[in-house]
Amino acid sequence: MIRVVLPAHLRTLARVQGEVTLEIAGAATVRSVVDALEARYPMLCGTLRDQVTGQRRPFVRFFACQEDLSHDSVDAPLPDEVASGKEPFLVVGAIAGG
Amino acid sequence: MSKVRVLAGTRKGAFILTADGKRDKWEISGPHFAGWEMYHLKGSPADPNRIYASQSSGWFGQQIQRSSDGGATWEPVGNKFAYEGVPGTHQWYDGTPHPWEFKRVWHMEPSLNDPDIVYAGVEDAALFRTTDGGQSWQELPGLRRHSTGNRWQPGAGGLCLHTILLDPSNPSRMFIAISAAGAFRTDDGGETWKPINRGLRSHYIPDPNAEIGHCVHRIAMHRSRPDVLFMQKHWNVLRTDNAGDSWHEISGNLPGEEIVHPDKEGKTQKFEVKGFGFVIDVNTNEPETIYVVPIKSDSQHFPPEGKLRVYRSRTGGNEWEPLSKGLPQKDCYVNVLRDAMAVDSLDKCGVYFGTTGGQIYASADAGDTWSALVHDLPPVLSVEVQTLP
Repeated sequence: MIRVVLPAHLRTLARVQGEVTLEIAGAATVRSVVDALEARYPMLCGTLRDQVTGQRRPFVRFFACQEDLSHDSVDAPLPDEVASGKEPFLVVGAIAGG
Repeated sequence: MSKVRVLAGTRKGAFILTADGKRDKWEISGPHFAGWEMYHLKGSPADPNRIYASQSSGWFGQQIQRSSDGGATWEPVGNKFAYEGVPGTHQWYDGTPHPWEFKRVWHMEPSLNDPDIVYAGVEDAALFRTTDGGQSWQELPGLRRHSTGNRWQPGAGGLCLHTILLDPSNPSRMFIAISAAGAFRTDDGGETWKPINRGLRSHYIPDPNAEIGHCVHRIAMHRSRPDVLFMQKHWNVLRTDNAGDSWHEISGNLPGEEIVHPDKEGKTQKFEVKGFGFVIDVNTNEPETIYVVPIKSDSQHFPPEGKLRVYRSRTGGNEWEPLSKGLPQKDCYVNVLRDAMAVDSLDKCGVYFGTTGGQIYASADAGDTWSALVHDLPPVLSVEVQTLP
């Protein structure tokens, strides 16, 4: 079980409160987590990564275990603490005004 | 008794204002989608309870929301806007090639007779269509692939397709406008397009009479006369009586100013221009009565003299009267953006517009008097109105 923390706007969009939990078949990676997230909440398609290029959106970052995973390979294994559900996978919107 | 429903998109959410046909007591609901930029909301003429909304965010991209109950509840629908094929490049501000990149939906235009068909005008400029109520979107690529497409340049707000007009008498014909490429028309349902910019004369581009490159801000049509269009352009107001084949200026006595630009030979020339602004609309009951809100110059973007005035022409242009009763006449420095004016279809015609200061002003007497329906919304990006039975 993977725990995912979404930013407030995306929780509203997906109509969820608090953390989201996902079951991932196979290795837990950024790609497999986002794939599972989009499959369960189709309205999140395009919010984390571009639907055409698949690239992470510029103002979105991925963190876990106090590490910035945003620039790691999307196919790199996530930390064991995330894969086991001990620590959440954090989706963070950049702190920017406006 | 009839009702009216005003759909307002703002920088930080959408608001829905409703009143009965007297239009004197208003209920406001919202913010819907709080915190998101709501570029445009529009109801289906075929089913007024069906409303489409463009919701976007610099962080999380584009969403499309759909309501089937007049805006009480919403559901997200398809938000994938993929250009057909390899999109290639247009021109950047400095004239260098720049890849076509989807940014947001500026304008949504539901079909006149099918609530599941909607056109979407996007930035970077292209036209999309859904035929399944917004679940999926397909580009009409003939527009972007027009032979001039690789020379289109953005206006200050981006390379946006902001105006879509459907011809009620001819389902194969529609008009669109792009800042700053100009106006285009299709006569075959969107397969092929032709620029319709003859007569626009834009002093700020190297060839004032160029086929494309004109900063069209908005076009309006009266549904009884789809060959007559009124255009608010960057510096002036124009009219065509032949579906865009040729335009002539109707700025007349609108507020003007002198601008200085180099001419073709590079010599400095002074030009008098009249009627800079963004919005334009036509009275529902009087096809020759049109409304604009003049704004001072392209670098200041606020009303002349700090006085917010709607100008009305009852003669299809050239002769304009300022309408100020109920509008702020001192220290007013708001703008009225291109999609932020609408008219209802009651008698007398109601006219509505929103400002970057968060006010929505309305007139229930065709512009003679005005009052603010609400004062303190986030900056208003768009205003539409539905007249309900």
